[in-house]
Amino acid sequence: MDWNTIFVTTVKASIGLETVVYALAAIGINIQFGYAGLLNFGQAAFLGVAAYGMAVTVATFHLPFWLGILIGLAATIVLAFLLGIPTLRLRADYLAIVTIAAAEIVRLVFRSVKFSSVFGGSDGRQNFSGDFFAMNPYSPGTYGIGPISFNERVTWVLTVGWVLIAITCGLVYLLMKSPWGRVLKAIREDEDAVRSLGKNVFSYKMQALVLGGVVGCLGGFLFALGQASVQPDLFSTEFTFYAYTIVILGGAARVFSPVVGAALFWVLLVFVGNTLSEAVSAGLLPSLFTVNNIGAVRFMLVGLGLMLLLIFRPQGIFGDKREIALDAR
Amino acid sequence: MHADTTPARKAAALAAFAGLDREPGVAKPDPILVVDKVVRRFGGLTAVDVDHVEVQRGSITALIGPNGAGKTTFFNQLTGFDSADEGSWAFNGKQLKGVPAHRVARAGMVRTFQLTKALSKLTVMENMRLGAQNQRGENFFRALIPGSWRRQEDEITERAEELLERFKLDAKRDDFAGSLSGGQRKLLEMARALMVGPELVMLDEPMAGVNPALTQSLLGHVKDLREEGMTVLFVEHDMDMVRDISDWVIVMAQGNVIAEGPPDTIMSDPRVIDAYLGAHHDAPMSAEEFEEQLQEAEAELESEIEEKA
Amino acid sequence: MRRAVIAFTAFLGGLVFLLSSPAWADGEALKGTLQNQGQPVNGVKISVAGEDGNPVGDATTGADGKWEVPVPKAGKYKVTLDQSTLPKDVGLKFQNRATLDVQVYEGSERNVLFALAPAGKQGEGAAQTSDSSSFWDRVAQLTFEGFNLGLIIALAAMGLSLVFGTTGLTNFAHGELLTFGAMCAYFFNVVIGLPLIVAAVISVVIGGAFGYSQDRFFWGVLRRRGSSLVAMMIISIGLALFLRYVFLFFFGGEGASFADYNAQPGIQVGPISAAPKNFIAMGIELAVLIVVGLALLKTRVGKAARAVADNPALAASSGINVDGVIRIIWTVGGAVASLAGVMLGLSQNVSYQMGFQILLLVFAGVTLGGLGTAFGALVGSIVVGLFIQLSTVVVPTELKTVGALLVLILVMLFRPQGILGRRERIG
Repeated sequence: MDWNTIFVTTVKASIGLETVVYALAAIGINIQFGYAGLLNFGQAAFLGVAAYGMAVTVATFHLPFWLGILIGLAATIVLAFLLGIPTLRLRADYLAIVTIAAAEIVRLVFRSVKFSSVFGGSDGRQNFSGDFFAMNPYSPGTYGIGPISFNERVTWVLTVGWVLIAITCGLVYLLMKSPWGRVLKAIREDEDAVRSLGKNVFSYKMQALVLGGVVGCLGGFLFALGQASVQPDLFSTEFTFYAYTIVILGGAARVFSPVVGAALFWVLLVFVGNTLSEAVSAGLLPSLFTVNNIGAVRFMLVGLGLMLLLIFRPQGIFGDKREIALDAR
Repeated sequence: MHADTTPARKAAALAAFAGLDREPGVAKPDPILVVDKVVRRFGGLTAVDVDHVEVQRGSITALIGPNGAGKTTFFNQLTGFDSADEGSWAFNGKQLKGVPAHRVARAGMVRTFQLTKALSKLTVMENMRLGAQNQRGENFFRALIPGSWRRQEDEITERAEELLERFKLDAKRDDFAGSLSGGQRKLLEMARALMVGPELVMLDEPMAGVNPALTQSLLGHVKDLREEGMTVLFVEHDMDMVRDISDWVIVMAQGNVIAEGPPDTIMSDPRVIDAYLGAHHDAPMSAEEFEEQLQEAEAELESEIEEKA
Repeated sequence: MRRAVIAFTAFLGGLVFLLSSPAWADGEALKGTLQNQGQPVNGVKISVAGEDGNPVGDATTGADGKWEVPVPKAGKYKVTLDQSTLPKDVGLKFQNRATLDVQVYEGSERNVLFALAPAGKQGEGAAQTSDSSSFWDRVAQLTFEGFNLGLIIALAAMGLSLVFGTTGLTNFAHGELLTFGAMCAYFFNVVIGLPLIVAAVISVVIGGAFGYSQDRFFWGVLRRRGSSLVAMMIISIGLALFLRYVFLFFFGGEGASFADYNAQPGIQVGPISAAPKNFIAMGIELAVLIVVGLALLKTRVGKAARAVADNPALAASSGINVDGVIRIIWTVGGAVASLAGVMLGLSQNVSYQMGFQILLLVFAGVTLGGLGTAFGALVGSIVVGLFIQLSTVVVPTELKTVGALLVLILVMLFRPQGILGRRERIG
């Protein structure tokens, strides 16, 4: 057992690219689901259209990077309106089904051969991150403490990512302290009551959907830039489900919980994954476990964890039981 | 400052009704709400078919009728919570058909619900603040600059505290609304509705599920509304309460308005007796019948909850 | 297994990118599966040449229709199918596409598709749709396939819709009931060696038991605790993830087919050509749907089930044992879903994701028909199945699901209560 490697990868995972991307996606879901009670099961699509909007603009049409960012942003907002207008007047589970369907549509279109001249089929798009890394202020080398360090490219991506997370958390904090946030939380409780008090419920839900989507789209940009490529299958429905797990792990309707939740989620996932695969190669596990199927075990644990959390601790780590909308008792 | 000590408005309201015809749809001297030919169908069932009805400004008007008479559906039409198939209605001369619920509320016509909708995971104070209109901080961009809404928030809080004191909820200020008793929730819902600053308050069964000790205080609060110049329209099953506080009674049965009149004589109207008998009820309800009806209503509520959930 | 690892790696997102050496450093290759109307075609020679025309390698498709040619590096390749090696009754759908130019990216395997069709039915270059009789033949064929898919969706939708109607649970783990059924049948058929029909019967029984115990030991307990429906919906997602990865753990990431009825030669019925198993499967599906439908209409339990779906509180107060009815629904729902899984495995392949992949279509069918109405779900599912297959007349096959999902969204927009649903009463 190589405990050193396990330790190093686990610590790196706590601030790594996945944590950043999932934290942003989860902050978006927290706005929509935690505060406003909207079941957006298509968050992956929001990240996807943002990432592809940027990647396609730069890689397929050879337009400037910043225009790509703008187009990715615009695509996210358009998607939010497309999904929100038909469903936000309907029951909560309708939004869930429509968004999950939309996410699947988006993924299938991205990976289709028909549109591969634009989106690149299942291979996706590469060669769009040059301008981003040209802005990198870090000179080549590694940054960090001892073995827990990253090269200059990763450091640059992570710096931008964590700055964005700090900004969005600040934004969410201000908003949820304000009367605007109060209306949102009230809608989560009972929208008819809010309507009877003269608030335009539809408009607030739409604002929450767009805001959550835009925060998620930042995650999409970073996902694409961090890997210097986009592939359609990165934006599968399971991505959204993991992000929900993160929100619930941290505790819905808390400003920092998606961030802590994301870090913890990836720390656990990486730790368990690495420990298991080390154990398999060291022959410590029964022969039922092999190098090939050991990866499945940690995702079983994700599913199991999600169930147990909701049943026994729906408020997550930081949530207030009296305030949480998710009471499974 | 309960109404029985300051009867000026009551006298005015009663004067307005003096000598009015007892026919359904009779014209009032100064109507705040005028309804014409409102129809709502569910499949083959016509739930509401109201030809004409007016509500007098500054009065307390009761809307009664046997179960399934379409009272709540009618309320839902008027307040924009459900769309009417046909008809029109004007509030203060403003046409409201097709106007969404939140605009109806902004126009000054605020309702409460049969099944209390206290926002249980918000505190009592937050519930109250939510009722205030034209809040700068409810705009997304201004919400980000606390300085732009802080002062207004303080004013709202002050107003909310006054109301909470009046409704004897000030001690519960920072409790979650979910921890209140059924009667306290009714009080909170009414106080919250007042935060909107309504001209017409529409109460859907304000007494349903309230413990008898609180009934008197609730009645007093309803009377206070009229003394402050507001108009009240309420749905109620409890005839004692109707007799006690209302100035005028409108009776619905099978979706139609079948009779109108003052509370002390309305229950002797043959059309009303017919309607209640038809719905297996003798005219004024006895305590047992009331109990029975309450249970029915509760069963209905439960099923509604389960449907919704 | 390598393909499973690669597919799995894609799921993990970029984790691998940052934390370990890429698992897809297996080398570049070209590969594919030759199929004619869902049946593998074996013994066909496929050769690969570099951009300059120098041969790189060739392969012959196996019994499962699969072939693979490793290539030395990323780049452009020409892939040629040797038409003389095709079985007599099979031809290329498009004669001018016997040689394809494909790009292989660094570190990835590239799938290459050759579209096949029964001999005489393939388009001769451009002449394929202008011929009206062959166009209508195609419509007939697709209608048949649409019914086939629609009936499978309907089987799955029955349970989903009844559970939703009676308990309000939007069960995201319903797809896993299908996978479970298919895997059980696979186990008894391929591993134990029983005939598929016996295996299917066993799997339906086990599926019913699985449904029963899910309600008995899990959902029923949560219901009694008064769990909110949103919480239960998310719990069902957790359960779905858990089960899916349990399946992956034991079954592996690759699809596999049952041991029986694999290479049935197609038969021609009017304009429709399909393997006999498809006709028989459809007959069974139809029979089961009719039996379940009649049971809902005629039997005491069925009437009780509909009463509970209509208004649980009222049903309880009129003396119906609501919990008992719900348990029966779960049991029957599990059994029927198992059957749907076996049928799906028969017409496509058994894989750990099969249930999840069809779940969205089941949702589409259920919503289209009106949430919570059993017969609406049936109609909606068949409409979805037909729509998916018939849409391939105008949209590429790879995008046929997209059309169905778009329609789902449009239905939400214009008729949220579905085809057979009622308008909801508010307040």
